[in-house]
Amino acid sequence: MTHVGVVVYPGTNCEHDVAEALESVGATCELVWHTRTGLGGCDAVVLPGGFAHGDYLRPGAIARFSPVTAAVAAFARDGGPVLGICNGFQVLTEAGLLPGALQKNRGLAFLCTTVDVRVETTRSALTGEAACGQVLRIPINHFEGNYTCGVETLAELRDGDRIVLRYTDNPNGSVDDIAGICNEAGNVVGLMPHPERASDALLGSVDGLVLLRSFVGAKQLARSG
Amino acid sequence: MVETLHRALGLTDAEADAIDAVLGRPANPLETAMFSVMWSEHCSYKSSRLHLRRLPTEAPWVLVGPGEGAGVIDAGDGIAVAMRIESHNHPSAVEPYQGAATGVGGIIRDVFTMGARPIALMDSLRFGPLDEARSRWLFEGVVHGIAGYGNAVGVPTVGGETSFDACYAGNPLVNVFCLGVMPVSRIALARASGTGNLAVLVGASTGRDGIGGVSVLASAGFGAEADDTKRPSVQVGDPFEEKRLIEACLELLDSGLVVGVQDLGGAGITCAVSETAAKGGAGMDVWVSEVHQREPGMTAAEVMTSESQERVLVIVTPADLDAVRAVCERWEVRASVIGAVTGTGRLRVLDAPGGTVLADVPAAALEDGKPLYDRPQRAAAPVELGPVVFDDAGTDLLALLADPSWVYRQYDHQLFLNTVTPPGGDAAVLRLKAPGLPPSRRALAVSTDGNARWCAVDPRAGAAMTVAESCLNVACAGARPVALVNCLNFGNPEHPRVMWELSSAIDGIADACGALGIPVIGGNVSLYNESAGDDIDPTPIVAVLGLIDALERRPPGVGLVDGAALLLVGGQGDLALGGSRWAVERGGGARRGGPLPALDLALHARVVELVAGIVADGLVLGVHDVAEGGLAVALAEMAVASSVGFRVVVGGAAELWTEAPSRAVVCTADPAAVEARAREAGVPVRVLGRAGGDRLVVDGLLDVEAGEAEAAFRGAIPAAVGA
Amino acid sequence: MSGFDVLVEVRLRPGIADPQGATIERALPALGFGGISGVSVGKAFRLRVEAATEDEARTRADDLAHRLLSNPVIEDATTTVLA
Repeated sequence: MTHVGVVVYPGTNCEHDVAEALESVGATCELVWHTRTGLGGCDAVVLPGGFAHGDYLRPGAIARFSPVTAAVAAFARDGGPVLGICNGFQVLTEAGLLPGALQKNRGLAFLCTTVDVRVETTRSALTGEAACGQVLRIPINHFEGNYTCGVETLAELRDGDRIVLRYTDNPNGSVDDIAGICNEAGNVVGLMPHPERASDALLGSVDGLVLLRSFVGAKQLARSG
Repeated sequence: MVETLHRALGLTDAEADAIDAVLGRPANPLETAMFSVMWSEHCSYKSSRLHLRRLPTEAPWVLVGPGEGAGVIDAGDGIAVAMRIESHNHPSAVEPYQGAATGVGGIIRDVFTMGARPIALMDSLRFGPLDEARSRWLFEGVVHGIAGYGNAVGVPTVGGETSFDACYAGNPLVNVFCLGVMPVSRIALARASGTGNLAVLVGASTGRDGIGGVSVLASAGFGAEADDTKRPSVQVGDPFEEKRLIEACLELLDSGLVVGVQDLGGAGITCAVSETAAKGGAGMDVWVSEVHQREPGMTAAEVMTSESQERVLVIVTPADLDAVRAVCERWEVRASVIGAVTGTGRLRVLDAPGGTVLADVPAAALEDGKPLYDRPQRAAAPVELGPVVFDDAGTDLLALLADPSWVYRQYDHQLFLNTVTPPGGDAAVLRLKAPGLPPSRRALAVSTDGNARWCAVDPRAGAAMTVAESCLNVACAGARPVALVNCLNFGNPEHPRVMWELSSAIDGIADACGALGIPVIGGNVSLYNESAGDDIDPTPIVAVLGLIDALERRPPGVGLVDGAALLLVGGQGDLALGGSRWAVERGGGARRGGPLPALDLALHARVVELVAGIVADGLVLGVHDVAEGGLAVALAEMAVASSVGFRVVVGGAAELWTEAPSRAVVCTADPAAVEARAREAGVPVRVLGRAGGDRLVVDGLLDVEAGEAEAAFRGAIPAAVGA
Repeated sequence: MSGFDVLVEVRLRPGIADPQGATIERALPALGFGGISGVSVGKAFRLRVEAATEDEARTRADDLAHRLLSNPVIEDATTTVLA
C-alpha cells in the first residue's frame, strides 16, 4: 500500500481534502509539517493547495525555503513521485523542481470553477493509468494560475513530452494552454486543477480519480525503473 | 475639556452623567473613551435591545442562544453547529476591499472562539445601481475583499445574494455569515472566572486601526495640537494571521488549556475584557504595557480601544500558561499576558503590572449598565401601488434576469469537499463533515435572504415574508429549517419612522419564527445606514439553517428536465403586485406601493414541510421557490440553469409577476405522486405545463427564445461592471 | 557596524505580460489623464542592511533581491543604496 506524505505549510488548507481523496483510492497518508527535514516512510509526496505563508511576496516564494522543501527536492532527485497541486505547483516552480512560473490570471480575478482538461501524455506519475486525449472535468481555484515560461523552456517541454495536461478552453491565459507539466524523468508533476475536488460523485465529478490512482500506482514505476 | 471629550466620542450629555453616577465621580478621559465605545450603538444595541427581546430564542435543540459570539444548535450525532451573521457596512463604504475583508475576519472569529471550526461563509450584499461608477467601485472592491480574505484564510464561501437599489448608493450593505462545526463537547464560552487566572492576548500586534478622528485622545492631553498623521486608520485584514489563529485556538480548546475565549471585535480590548469579566461575575486588571504593540508611543486609550484585527483573548490558569505559550509558538501567533482575573468585581486598567491605575470601573457597569432606549416611533403612511401597465412581458423578463456567478466564481466554494450544492441555487447544501467530527450522514442547507422592497411597503409583513422565503429556500434543498440568525440593517434610529420600521420588522420576524417553530439564535443590528442624508430602505437580512437527516443523493436544485411536468405547489390565486420588483421597475407602480400579498403562516409551514419531503424522497427533478421577480423569473431561472425551455399556462399577466409567498415550482416525472402528497398535506397544487423545447413560453403572454434568455442572464452583471 | 537604507525595486522582465499595468493604462484617459503610456506595475522593498561599507550593503541586498525578493524567471531586481 502506498504511503503518501502530504506536506503542510502554514497557510496550506487542502491537506485534509487531498488525504481523504487519496485514501479513497487505497493509499495511506500522513500530514508532514513544514519544519520536518526528512520524508522517511513516504512512498510518495503531495504538496496540496492553499495559501502557504498567505501567498505573501509571491505564492510559494517563502515555502520554498522551509526545511521540508529541501527534503522534497532530495526525494524527487531519488526518483520518488512528487505531486504539486495548485499552490503546491507554485512551490515546485519557486523551488526549481519544475520550470516556469505561475502568474496572475489573465482576467485579474480569482477563478473557482470546473474546467475540461485533456491528458497529453501518460508518461508522468500523474497520468500512467489515463489515456492520451482523455478529457477530464476538474475544478480550478486560483488567482495566479497563468503558467508562463521562456521560449526555450516551452520547446523543451513540448519536445520532451512533458506537458501533462492542457485546458481545452484556456481560463487564465497559460502559455500553450498548459494546465500541468512534469520534469524530465516524469516523477515530479505540477498542475493547477484540483483532482481531489473531482473524486466524489456527490460533489459533481469523479474524473480526478484516474489521476490520483495513477499517482498512487506510480510508486511501483519509480522503483522498478 | 472633559465635557467636549464625551461629545466628541459620541456620548450624549445624559449618558455622560450616567457614567459619572455609576462611578460616583467624574470619569477620566480613558474611562470616558472606554464607555464611549462600549455604549456606542454598535456595541450596546441601545436603540434596539428593548425590541429584540420580543424574538423567540428557545427550542430543545438550541445549545447557545443570542448573546454569545455565535448561536449554537445540536445537529445530532454529537455534532454542534455554530452560526452568526454580522454587518460591516460603514467600513466598506470607506474602503470596500478592506472593509469587506475585515468583515469576513470578524465573523470567522466569532465562530471559532465558540470552539467551532469555520467551514462555510456566505454574504448578503447591497449596492447602488451599477450605472454609477462609485457603485461599481464598491461592488468590485467588496467582492474582491471577501474573496481575498475568505479564500486565503481557508473557509469556502458557499452562497449569498447581491442586489442593487438607489437607496444603498452611498451606504452599501455588507453582511457576512459564517457557520462552523464542532463536537458538542468542545463548545467554548467567554467567561473569566477563577481569581488569579490570566488574560492572554493572542494574535496580531495592536496598532491604531479603527481609531479615527479622536485626535484629542491621540494627543494624550488637553490643548495639544491635533496630529496630522493620526487620521482614521482603516483596519487592514491579514488572513494568514487569522488562519494561524484559528488553528492555535482550536488546538487550545481541544487540549482543554483555556477557561474562556473571547473574540476582539468592535471596541477591541475594552469590549473583550469587560464582556468576559461581566459574564464571569469577576473583575479584571489589564496592564497596557504588556499588550504587544506595533506602533510606538500608543496611549492607554488607543491601546484599549484599538480595533486591530486577528486578535483573541483567552483566559488561562497560571499552571497552563507554559503549555498555552508552546501551542501559540508552534502556530507562530504571539501571546502576551495582559491581565489577571480578580475577585473585586472591578475592571482596572494599569499602565504596567503593579503600576499606576489609569481607569477603575465596576466590571458590570460597562456591560450591564448600557443605556436602553425606547425611541419614538411613527408609522409611515401606506402608499398605494397605483395603476400598472402590462407591456411586453418578454422584454420585462429579460431585464429582470441576472446571473450572480460573476460574484461567486471569485470565491473558493469547494474547499473541504463538503459543498454538494454550490452557489447559484436556492440554498447551499453542505455535508456535515470535518476533521475530528463524529461521522454523520447528515447535511446542512443554508440560505441568506432579504427583500427591502417588501419591508419598505410593510416592515412587519415584509420581514415575515423574508423569513418565510428563507425557510422555503432550505426546504427546496430537502432540508427542515431549524434555526435563524438575522442582521437588521436600518437607517437612523433617531428618525421615528426608522424606529417604527425596526420595531415592526422585529415583530414580523417574531411572527414568522413563532409560527414556523424556528428559534432566533443570534443577530446583529446595524443602524445609521444613511445615504446622502436619506435612510436606506428597511433591510432585515436573515440566514436560515436547515438539517437533512440523511443525504443520499445530490438535491435536484434549480433546473428543468426535458419532458417533465411543471407544477406550482403552494398558495394559488393571490395576484397582488405590491412589493413586487416588476411593478416598480417595469410596470410603473409607485415606489413602496402596496399592499403586499398576504402571508398565511399556517399554510406556509405545510408548504415547507411538503417541499422538503418530496425533495428528500426523490420525487423531484428540479425545484425553485417563487420570490423576487415572481413566477416568470422563477421559471426562467430554472430554464437557463439547464438550457431547457418550458411551456406553461397561467391566469393572466399579474400572475407572472406577483411575489405572493408560499409557492414553489416543481419539475417532476411523477406529477401524480406530487399531487397526491400535496393533497395529503393540505397544500394547493396545480399543473402549469411541461418542460422542454428551446423557447420559454407562457401561453398568450410570453414567448422568448431560450438562448436569448440565457444571454441576458449571463451577460447582465459582466456588462454592468464593464467586464 | 553601521546600517544603510536600501531600496530594492522588482519589475517584470521585458516580454512578460503585465495585465495590471495594461488595465491601469487603459483606464487613464477615461479618468482624465491623457498622454500617459508604458505603465508597468512592480514592487518596492525598503530595508535597513547592517554593513561596514556601502558596497557590502549593496552586495548583501542584491543577494537577497535575487534569491528571495524576485523570481528570476519573470522578474528583474535593481538595488539602490539610499543617500
